Amino acid sequence: MTQYLLRRVAYFVPVIFLVTVVVFAITLLLPGDPALAFLGEGNIHDEVAYQAMRKELGLDQPVPVQYGLWVARAVQGDLGRSVRTREPVLEGLGARLPVTLQLMAMALAIALLVAIPAGIISAAKPNSKIDGVGTVLAIGGVAIPEFWLGILLIYIFAVWLGWLPPSGYVSPSVGLWPSIRSMLLPAISLGMALNAVTMRQVRSSLIEVLQHEYITTARAKGLAEGALIFRHALKNAMIPVVTVIGLQIGRLFGGSVVVETIFALPGMGRLAADSIFFRDFPMLQGVVLIMAVSVLIANLITDLVYAYLDPRIRYS
Amino acid sequence: MAEFTAQASTRDWRETNQRKRLAALLSRTLRTRGAGFGLAVVSIVLLLAIAADLIAPYNPNKMQAAGILASPGAAHLLGTDHIGRDVLSRIIFGARVAVLAGIVSVGFAMTVGVTVGLLAGYLGGLVDDILMRLVDTLWSFPTLVLALAIAASLGPGLINAMIAIGVVFTPAFARLVRGQALSVRERDFVTAARVLGAKPWRIILVHVWPNVTAPVIVQSSLMIAQAIIVEAALSFLGLGIEPPNASWGSMLRQAYQYMDRAPYLSFFPGVAIFVTVLSLNILGDALRLTLDPRLRERGSA
Repeated sequence: MTQYLLRRVAYFVPVIFLVTVVVFAITLLLPGDPALAFLGEGNIHDEVAYQAMRKELGLDQPVPVQYGLWVARAVQGDLGRSVRTREPVLEGLGARLPVTLQLMAMALAIALLVAIPAGIISAAKPNSKIDGVGTVLAIGGVAIPEFWLGILLIYIFAVWLGWLPPSGYVSPSVGLWPSIRSMLLPAISLGMALNAVTMRQVRSSLIEVLQHEYITTARAKGLAEGALIFRHALKNAMIPVVTVIGLQIGRLFGGSVVVETIFALPGMGRLAADSIFFRDFPMLQGVVLIMAVSVLIANLITDLVYAYLDPRIRYS
Repeated sequence: MAEFTAQASTRDWRETNQRKRLAALLSRTLRTRGAGFGLAVVSIVLLLAIAADLIAPYNPNKMQAAGILASPGAAHLLGTDHIGRDVLSRIIFGARVAVLAGIVSVGFAMTVGVTVGLLAGYLGGLVDDILMRLVDTLWSFPTLVLALAIAASLGPGLINAMIAIGVVFTPAFARLVRGQALSVRERDFVTAARVLGAKPWRIILVHVWPNVTAPVIVQSSLMIAQAIIVEAALSFLGLGIEPPNASWGSMLRQAYQYMDRAPYLSFFPGVAIFVTVLSLNILGDALRLTLDPRLRERGSA
């Protein structure tokens, strides 16, 4: 296990390095001059101030040096200042991250609460009517775009029925229930695809495990079907499910961009979209970097959990 | 499959054989549940995209006499939008954007991804290490976030959005093909070709490539569906298609601001995306069932 862990971590390091190169390159390519953006409308003809700002931002240096300086500062927790709000990027990210994490956690919780029981029921009676309903819902759930589902949910539950707020965020510090209420529709929009994918995975891997010989033996010994599934089959069937969920973390971050935009939630996804429109280069760099590193860490943890659950992986 | 291709003595024989296999494949795919529906919808969307100018009842970018936010009715089946344009015509022209975005971006991703995957998987060693590190780097970005950042740095417009989506989807093809190439490389017929002195590029093209086409076809149909969603998302956020042209995503962007007065505006473009993506997914799954013998034996599990 230790060797496997070291190998995995050793692979992680060059990829993190390349991620920083890609993030830096993208913002380098963005149209517009960061120095002009920082100077603001009033001072764009002031050549002296412009040169001073270029120097302050390190833009007078060659590109590799700029990259080196950026990484060196980033490692120390300094991601620069936002062009738009002038606040340090890290502070801006710190304020937004909890909102996105709450949204993702709720999306994940809702998805799993529905997907695991539904997958088990489908697998227990494959090709039955209830399995058919599950299959149709799963196929639909993967195909529905988060932003359209969000719009539909707002129309049904906020505009038409008036049960839930159409948009806006309430922090858990104000009240846990109002906070959950404000996040319910966004979390359902974001979690629908994950729910569908997980449901399919639980179903197919449970069906596969139920065909193994040890299950047939247990069944021949007269074990009840319920005990068979919950005591013997489910644990093995959940191994591939873990991987599928781990791989969906990136999708949740991506989905947060549109979902937070529709529901006016002050999270990282909305910040990514806003940074693009306001040409806030340092902020965009920060958001994309944090998201990519989070996905990498999530993938690493997924691999390790997988190796822990399935001994065949770490010894091969 | 590869053995066939390599041993074929005459071209005619090979062509007849391929046509027969293709027909058999198609009929088997269509027997899968839902595949007929999927194929029908995809064909309709393709037809709309190709013949949008002939089919659309009105100019999609022109204000109509019915005025703004007219409810669906006889003159305008799906109503008019906030500046009085015919929604049905805009959805029909939107099909062209969706099809273009799906095919061009996935075509790009497939070309680059398959090349990278074949080289990495067949050559192995340092080439594999370098290429796959790059692929894993792109893979670690959330799809929509990377597409958004690339599209933003290239500037707005459909072509730039398609490039962005293509880049983001490349790793999926590279990883898939590399895995397949790795396993094909160890098979006896490849070893035999190598021993007989075949050059690496010849082995890759003649022996390895035909054995990875099936998963690539399946992956493509699923990726086209994803590309349509990502294009719609980019346009929804204001980075894809430029006004006044319509994409299903940009239509939703404008529509959801009029949700209380004209909810139908948000409904139809969403249905268009949903049904198209759904059909492509069903078709992709049906192809997977047909092309993967292991799945066929297990039924729909």
